[in-house]
Amino acid sequence: MARTSSRDRMKNEINAGSMADIAFLLLIFFLVTTTIDIDKGITVKLPPWSEEDPETQKLKKRNVFSVLVNAQDQLLVRGELTDVDDLRERAKEFIANPQRREDLSTDPKNAIISLKNDRGTSYGVYVEVYNELKAAYNELWNDECERMYGIPYSEELPVAYRKAIKEKIPFVLSEAEPTNFGEE
Amino acid sequence: MFTKKRGKTNPEVSTASLPDIIFMLLFFFMVVTVLRDGERKVKVVVPQATELQKLQQKSLVNHIWIGKPTEKYAATYGTKPRIQLGDKFASEYDIPLFLEQHKIKVPEPQRPRITTSLKVDGDVTMGIVTDVKTALRKANQLKVNYSARPREK
Repeated sequence: MARTSSRDRMKNEINAGSMADIAFLLLIFFLVTTTIDIDKGITVKLPPWSEEDPETQKLKKRNVFSVLVNAQDQLLVRGELTDVDDLRERAKEFIANPQRREDLSTDPKNAIISLKNDRGTSYGVYVEVYNELKAAYNELWNDECERMYGIPYSEELPVAYRKAIKEKIPFVLSEAEPTNFGEE
Repeated sequence: MFTKKRGKTNPEVSTASLPDIIFMLLFFFMVVTVLRDGERKVKVVVPQATELQKLQQKSLVNHIWIGKPTEKYAATYGTKPRIQLGDKFASEYDIPLFLEQHKIKVPEPQRPRITTSLKVDGDVTMGIVTDVKTALRKANQLKVNYSARPREK
């Protein structure tokens, strides 16, 4: 009698050939449902809401860099019609004021950028303007960082470094309540 | 002299490691996957910008979409820009509840780091965006990210 020992029977393996198919099925499911979206954007901090009217502060005119965007997406920078492409350079010059001009900011610490738009301004233009103003600050931070530490500015920098730079050149952007002339 | 080589070699390629390879790919996709959260009911093409920052930790981000309803919904909801929260149309008055519903899923110590990602179409006017911003400020959700894509040179 041919005796089949139990050990012999143990050798019978489960056929793993279909394993790959199962894994493929799952893989295809995840491939289809996946959205690898790169979530990037301009991070801003909104001012806290308060019911009371904010205190009115007297500011020197030379320390305020006013940017107005109307419903036709035109830009008025300190009373002059300006192109978006020139905004960055003008903002940089205003904040840093390398030539110590009388009509630009006394010091980067005192510089305030005031942004005001209309309810009819398109969001694309608003983001573009915001981006340029942010870029102006980023470039100034970069210069300052190179000067102080010899390395370019980045978000990965130690907190102490970033704090020191932002103390010298704080990002002050005040947004006024938008006007309502151009909304459909 | 010439022995038949074909007889000796085993022509089959071993497929035993195939499942492992596939599983590796599978795990990769499982990790990077964000399951699509419902249907996009508004058309959004975010504007371009250069000063972009990456959003950290997906679980700490909630999304507000603003744009014109897609063609499918244009008949019911019109062509004016609308807000989409989660998977349905909403108004700015629904934002506090929406934020609260997201907040309770986040562990308490991490709550101050919650960011709202505003995915707004570039052609939308600022009126509706301002209303949303005001609602966010009233709900004390101050960390906001204007979603944008890198500018093509």
